[in-house]
Amino acid sequence: MARLYTEDHEWIELDGEVATVGITNYAQEQLGDIVFVEVPDTGAELTKGGDAAVVESVKAASDVYSPVSGTVTEGNSALEEDPALVNSDPEGEGWFFKLTVSDTGELDGLMDAAAYKAFVDGL
Amino acid sequence: MLVSEAITRDEVEERAPEPLVLDAWHRAHGARMVPFAGYEMPIQYEGIVAEHNWTRSSASLFDVSHMGQLSVSGDSAAQALEALLPGDMAGLSEGQMRYSMLLDEQGGILDDLIVTHAGSHLALVVNGAMKWDDIAHLREYLPDDITLTHHDEQALFALQGPLAADALAAIVPGVTELTFMTAGLFDWQGVPLWISRSGYTGEDGFEISVPAELAEKLANALLADERVKPAGLGARDSLRLEAGLPLYGHDLTDQTDPVSAGLLFALSKNRRECGGWMGHDAVAQVLANGPASKRVGLSLEGRMPAREGAEVFAGDAKVGTLTSGGFSPTLGHPIAMAYVSAAHAAPDTPLEIEVRGKRLPAKVVKMPFVPHRYHRKGAA
Repeated sequence: MARLYTEDHEWIELDGEVATVGITNYAQEQLGDIVFVEVPDTGAELTKGGDAAVVESVKAASDVYSPVSGTVTEGNSALEEDPALVNSDPEGEGWFFKLTVSDTGELDGLMDAAAYKAFVDGL
Repeated sequence: MLVSEAITRDEVEERAPEPLVLDAWHRAHGARMVPFAGYEMPIQYEGIVAEHNWTRSSASLFDVSHMGQLSVSGDSAAQALEALLPGDMAGLSEGQMRYSMLLDEQGGILDDLIVTHAGSHLALVVNGAMKWDDIAHLREYLPDDITLTHHDEQALFALQGPLAADALAAIVPGVTELTFMTAGLFDWQGVPLWISRSGYTGEDGFEISVPAELAEKLANALLADERVKPAGLGARDSLRLEAGLPLYGHDLTDQTDPVSAGLLFALSKNRRECGGWMGHDAVAQVLANGPASKRVGLSLEGRMPAREGAEVFAGDAKVGTLTSGGFSPTLGHPIAMAYVSAAHAAPDTPLEIEVRGKRLPAKVVKMPFVPHRYHRKGAA
């Protein structure tokens, strides 16, 4: 299924019942050099729009929200050693966490790539 | 007392941020602009870490025109200023600079600043966010025969880094004669430049006061040198933190005094004893009794930074609060400044910092975190 985007600049991609979440290229550009990422623990229950992770750039800490509700199955442990992956490959190797989605209906309100691009262009 | 432009702080806060003289130049060089101290300021160009590292290895050009460039003149200008500052101003020789502070009656720090003996007058460089308050304070307390001038027709650049001297000397021969904390008037193609060997990064470097209408020409001339790149407020902050230099409004406020802040070097011995400056009674008491808390450097384990406002613990007891904190690009781990109770302020004291409910192990370390590389008198 195609990748979807939030207005808070997270992306989510559903594969079967498990979705992968990260932040967009636009978000990493705005944050600048990322020095630390705190990903949620496996088993954590997340709610749509609730705090899920924290990303620290040189200048500030920013919250990352979960695009949908669900249970975390894995945090990206590679970010512990190399948080700059979020800068170099935000929509690939720099993913944040995976979760099982409790209600796929929550995906309905999210933007597709074209809508997100239009949204960012308007910022 | 004369002030070339009088404005109250309230008026500043009601206004939208003003553009710098070089606003378009910054944007053309890829700057991201943010409101700071009443101005739209460049926070970064290619990225904070890249600019930080470039400053430590080559030379960076910072536009610090938001800072207040003031002068105090009159027959007894130094004596008049000494009533408001704890340092020795009368003893400055021409071209010599001194770090000092404006204090209130309670010994609280109103601002920190640099005073230079500039021949006919004393030159002051004060923080951008505080300049209107400083002007009001000086206007209130300096005697009527002293003239205070705000040189808002001048832009101010900082050129900082180990290659700053070579890069600046290439267009302004003679600047290498300056040593750390000295200043003088130089000529650049007929343009008078007031140049000091000083800065806020811990590196060798210069601050250059230039008539605003020639600021762009000078910026272009400096940037034409491949050793020089522009750097923004973001790198300025991470560089000064590594250098252990306090930032007014964060590490220094009117709730902190020079003793607790660890700025005793700015209180010359004679004036410490004799007094005659605003705040002396209160500061003398802190000196006699010892400060309840002290500004210290903290080195953190791991990679998670702790920020301003985070609380510091020794076991279950809260012993202090962070006033600055971030990731050190040079050291590769987070560092911070905090005020901690005097009993926990000794180097190597293990402490914990609470961030989002987690306790991060840290220890007190001597500042600077990264050694200064100033060009001091007598050095090679």
